[in-house]
This record gives sequence, structure tokens and C-alpha cells, in this order.
Amino acid sequence: MDNIKDIKKPVAIIDTNTDFEVRSLDAMCVNAATVAEPKWHIIKYFIMGILFGIILIKAEVISWFRIQEMFRLQSFHMFGVIGSAVVVGMISVFLIKKFNIKTIYGEKIVLEDKKFNKGQIYGGLIFGFGWALTGACPGPLFAQIGYGSTIVIVTLFSAIAGTWVYGLFREKLPH
Amino acid sequence: MSFIEWIRQPWPWYVAGPLIGLMVPALLIMGNRTLGISSSLRHACAACVPFDIHFFKYDWKKEIWNLLFVAGIIVGGFITATFLSNPDPIIVNPKLAEEMSGYGITNYTGIIPSEIFNWPALLTARGLIMIVFGGFLVGFGTRYAGGCTSGHAIMGLSNLQWPSLVATCCFMAGGFIMANLILPFILKL
Repeated sequence: MDNIKDIKKPVAIIDTNTDFEVRSLDAMCVNAATVAEPKWHIIKYFIMGILFGIILIKAEVISWFRIQEMFRLQSFHMFGVIGSAVVVGMISVFLIKKFNIKTIYGEKIVLEDKKFNKGQIYGGLIFGFGWALTGACPGPLFAQIGYGSTIVIVTLFSAIAGTWVYGLFREKLPH
Repeated sequence: MSFIEWIRQPWPWYVAGPLIGLMVPALLIMGNRTLGISSSLRHACAACVPFDIHFFKYDWKKEIWNLLFVAGIIVGGFITATFLSNPDPIIVNPKLAEEMSGYGITNYTGIIPSEIFNWPALLTARGLIMIVFGGFLVGFGTRYAGGCTSGHAIMGLSNLQWPSLVATCCFMAGGFIMANLILPFILKL
């Protein structure tokens, strides 16, 4: 009888973790901060979004024409933007790990490793097709709408629909 | 040249790129958040139309920061359009301009070509493919790949994740194939 109790306990623990498990399904959505931060602090992400939107537009990376130039190798601009962003990001992550830099709440900064699956190949190619067609990846979609291109709202809803259809057929797709 | 005139010009890559890169440590230090935008599309599904799909059955409210972040991007776009926009048309490679004029695209004042992306165009085959189908591929592909340009190319590569490198190469390969081999036929429609 004691054995049965022992088996039941871990099952209950897994159940409470389900939410985290589902969110982490594609290794992209587990940005959980465990230290409780005051609720209104969440506004900082809104402000960061504003800055990000301004940068995206001023860098012209949201321009359909710049994307076409990139995929035709007619301009260095996009490669320069993405390349230098990656270099700065790499140095930052290196420094964070090296000096064990904490969050402003004193929490350890955790970076999940991404697991390889074939979705990164198939999905990557499909996204590439969409990127060259619309001239926008998800971030620029939002920026273009804010900039006043109302037609992009249709593109955004299509993208949400695409994500939904992926969720619907996820189990049947090769990964 | 006044400050406002100076800031209104398009920013060169060596200014904008590092600023984008700094988003990575900023979000990490602010609260352990990893840069990623396509996730917001998934949270939108989880919030509005989860139905009985396992992939969308999670507490999206725990990811509300991500939705606020993309709401901020919209506001940032609005602020730029209102106060910081560049009044001059975008300058593109003459080769691209020559190719585009062949498809009737000559207006370079907007961020997207107004000849293709406009409301009446939704009723044309070209507009439907580029606006609706294109958006669908972006949403489907990014989630299938587990991230987009921000989550994989910038955040993933910053953290030296080789699956992100695979994904980034595939984004580029897909883009090259579409822009050079398929798009010319669509633009002729």
C-alpha cells in the first residue's frame, strides 16, 4: 500500500507542472520570472517595445524594399543590422554568464537551450517564403501597423491564423 | 542640422543593429525575459481561440509581458510616424528599382509598396497571395520553427544555440528561393 502512495505523489507533481510543459513545448515560451515583481513593473516591457518599434522603423528593417534587397544580395544593410545585433547580443550573453549578472530583482539569469527538431528546417523555410512575400517578420508586422499601414492588420490576422493552424496540426507534422 | 532633423534620417546599420542587440541583455536583466516576438501570436491564439488544442491550453496571462512588448512596438511605430519619420522616399539599389518598375512598382514613399499592399488589392490574386497567404506562412512557419528573426536569429545565436543557426539559415534559404525564383511570377500577376 505504501508503494502505491509513492507512485501517486509524483503524478500529482507532474499535473501541477502541465502549464509550464505546454508553454515550453517549442522551447520558446518559458520566460517565467520566479521572483514576484510588483504588478505595475510590467510596464517596462511596454516601454521596451516602444523603443524596439522606433529602432525597427528607423533602421528601415521593416521596409519591404530592404527585405527584397537582402534576398537579392543587393545591399549590405540588412546583413549589417542582423549581424551587428547578433554580435552585441553574443557579447552581452557572454558577459552575463561570465560575471553571473543577476536581474534587477537579484534573480539568476537562466537561458534555456533550444532543442533541435526538423521543424526548424521545414518551419524555417516556410517562414522564409512568407518573409520574402510580406517583407515582414512578426516584429515588423506590429511596427508597420503602428506606422499607419492598416492593410498589414490583415497580414497580422493571417499570421495568427497560421500559428493557430500549426497548433491544430502540430501532432501530425514531422518534427 | 537640428537634432530632430538628424534623428529623422534613416539610421545606419552600425547604429540600429547594436541597439537591437542591446534588447537581449536589457530584457534578461529586467526580469529574465528572452527576446522573441512570434510567441505573441501563439499567446493571442491561447487567449482568444484556444478551443481544445493542447498547444494553446496554457495560462497565457503568465506571458502577458510579451503581449505588452508587441503593443509597445505598435505604439513605437505610431510615435515614429508622427514625430520621427523620414520625409524622403527610401533609396534602394538601382537594380531593384529597375526590376520593380517592370512590375509597376514605382512608389518608394512608404515602408511597403502601395501598389501591392492596399485594401482593394485584397480582391486581386497578387494581393491575396502576398497579404493573406504571406501572413499565413509567417505565422505557421515561425511557430513550426519555434521562433522568428528575433527569437532564433538574434536571441538564439546570441546564446550560441546551433538549432537557431539551422533555423536562421533556413529563413534565409526560404527567402532567397521565394524572392528570386517564385516572387517574380507572383508580381507579374
